[in-house]
Formats: sequence, C-alpha cells, structure tokens
Amino acid sequence: MSLQATTSQTVGPYFRIGLEWLYQDNLADEGVEGERVVIRGRVLDGDLVGVPDAMVEIWQANSRGKYAHPADTQQKLVEPGFQGYGRVPTDNNGAFRFITIKPGPVPGPEGKDQAPHLVISVFMRGLLKRLTTRMYFPDARNAADPILNLVEPIRRSTLIAKCMPDALKWDIVLQGPDETVFFDLGL
Amino acid sequence: MNPVGGYRAPYPGTQPSHLHPPYVSSVKRSPTRPLVQIPYTLSEVTGPSFGSELVSPTACDLTRQHKGEPLGERIVVSGRVIDEDSRPAANTLVEIWQANSAGRYRHEVDQHDAPLDPNFTGCGRAVTDSEGRYRFVTIRPGEYPWRNHHNAWRPAHIHFSLFGPAFATRLVTQMFFPGDPLLPFDPIFNCTADEKARNRLISVFDWESTQPMQALGYRFDIILRGRDATPMETE
Repeated sequence: MSLQATTSQTVGPYFRIGLEWLYQDNLADEGVEGERVVIRGRVLDGDLVGVPDAMVEIWQANSRGKYAHPADTQQKLVEPGFQGYGRVPTDNNGAFRFITIKPGPVPGPEGKDQAPHLVISVFMRGLLKRLTTRMYFPDARNAADPILNLVEPIRRSTLIAKCMPDALKWDIVLQGPDETVFFDLGL
Repeated sequence: MNPVGGYRAPYPGTQPSHLHPPYVSSVKRSPTRPLVQIPYTLSEVTGPSFGSELVSPTACDLTRQHKGEPLGERIVVSGRVIDEDSRPAANTLVEIWQANSAGRYRHEVDQHDAPLDPNFTGCGRAVTDSEGRYRFVTIRPGEYPWRNHHNAWRPAHIHFSLFGPAFATRLVTQMFFPGDPLLPFDPIFNCTADEKARNRLISVFDWESTQPMQALGYRFDIILRGRDATPMETE
C-alpha cells in the first residue's frame, strides 16, 4: 500500500515573499554556448486581462540537448554554469520576460528526437495546482515533434513562440479561443 | 515503448481540479479545454536541484532575521519529505512563506488592517537532509479576512514550495493547524474531494519537537509523487 502524494494548494497572491530570492530571468550568462534568445509574453485570464500575480518557471536542456540532471544519461556534455532553470513573475500587466539559449534536441518516446523546447510550470493566485505546458521555437523540426503531434493541429500554434523584431513572443492564455494547450502529467 | 519511467497518477480525489467555483478566483483562471495527455520524456523526469550551498543555515529560523524578535507564539515546524514509496527526498529545497502573528503579509497587495511586524518577514528556506528531514523555527501565523465571499476568513496556514527530484514532482501546498475552527469554511482547504487527503494538510502537534520553555512543535510530513511501476526496458 503506497502513500498518497500531498494535495496541491494555490500559491496565493503573496508568493513573492517566499519565492523572490530565486527569481532568475537570465538563464544563460555570457559565455554559455548556444543561440541567445529573449522571450517575452503575457499571462492572460478568461477576460484576456493580464494576470499580475502569476509566476512562470522554466526547465530546459543546454544547447547540446543535455539536461543537468542525473536521470539524463546521454553521452553529451553538461555545461558548467548552465543549469537550465528560470523563475519569473509577471508584472502589473501580466507580462513576463526572460533570456536564455535555445536548447538542443532531446530524445523523446521511441528514441525519436524532440524539437527544441522549454518545459513550463505556471503558478498564480486562483490556480489550485500548477499548469504545465511547453514552449517550442520557430523551427522546422516542430513538424516531426512527437509531443506536438499529440495536440490537435489547430491548437499547436499556442505552443510555438513567434518571431518578433526584438524577441520571441509567447503568451500563456488561460481561456478562450486561443487557450494555450496545457498537459496532463497526472498531477 | 517509452524508455523513461514516469510518475504515478494521483489516487482519485486526492488532488484538486483547476476549476473550483467556491474559490472565486479559479473561475477565470482555470483552463476550459481538457488537458492533453502526453507520455513522460526526459524533459519531465529531470528537473532543477538546489543544494545546501544556496541556502544559509539561518534561513530556516524566521524569528532571527531582524534586530528584534517578532511578536507572536514561537513554533517549530518540522517533518520529512518522502515519496509515495516512503523513500526520503534528500537534499531538496523547501521554501515557505506566511503572514505574521496578526494575520498580515509583508506585501504591498495585502491591505488588511492589521499591523506589520518590523521584526518579521515571513520567508524561510531549508534543504532536506539525507533522511528528507527539514525544520523551521517561526511564529504561528494569524488568520485573516479575504474577499472571496461575505465574511470570508483564511485559517492560519504556512505556504510550502518543493521541487523534489524532477519537473514532475514540483509541489506547492499549504500547511494548516490542528483544531482551527475556520477549516470547514475555507474553500481553498476544501478544494479536494477526498477528506483524508485534505486532512493530511493539517499539521500534527508534536511533543518530540516541542522545546521546553521555548516553542510548541508541529509536524508536517510532505509526500511527493512516486515513480511509476518499473519502466519497460529499452529495446
């Protein structure tokens, strides 16, 4: 008989008190290998109003497609100085922004490579448990990505950042016709 | 065939749905489309880790972060972080935040008419030891009113944030206190259908960690998701 995982509860409106010390909006200092990218977007609620009390967490591989974690047993180099973790709050308009490098491809189901992507957790007042999603890059490899292909075609674009002159833009939309695809990881 | 071992799905009713209308803010902030099921990949079974080098040894004592001592009842909050198979989550970061003894958060959004305490920030962190144990010294937080419904009051609680070994095990929760008369009326505490699961969010008064002449002890064990049955072998 196994134990049962502790019930999730909302972060509430005051999470900054406990979580701000680890805010990290630059995941890759100068000198980290890979293509540097600026990603910006907004978290939007059911009225398409920006959510001012949300927090986005990012987890990603390095430019060679290696996670800094013991469960990644690939023969690829971990890069000292690059962990792959970010934590960014939204501002009063629901906007967030972070800087990182584009990760390399990592293996997926049946050994097929996945297209470069970030895995994302979203927390906010009003959310009793986090939402998990992914951000993909504008990249030809998306067409063959095994996870994107599990999403109905018309909604895939909600997971792919768009090229803007100054940044990649990716919004997290909680409800409505452009609702972001969120994943069921059995949370 | 998936060479990556995943994590177990929750026992039915033990985790909240995103939409829980009695908690009014969930209505416009929960997805309306079904979540898309995906297999576990390397991206979800890896995750960040934060060792004790990041956390000062004094960060776990919330009563010693200022010149003076905070007002209120000193308490010790301790417990173990383990997974569903009772394996300790060693060396994992635990972050907490809370209101002061008057029920006021040190945050500009909190306009509750209760005094701030210049000697209390309400922020702590610790890294579990090899047995998954953590320990905080703090002040018992006060209850406070909020605007969810008429005469709504939050029971006393401490927010907890944990990572565990993988992206899949990330958990944010709240710890409550035994005997709090507000618990039956709190839509956040009551968001989970399974009564036993919600009652596990209530800490247990604990003589063992109670310090004579100093502080009452409350024990709060946290269970992270366990690994799925043995992963199938890679071809």
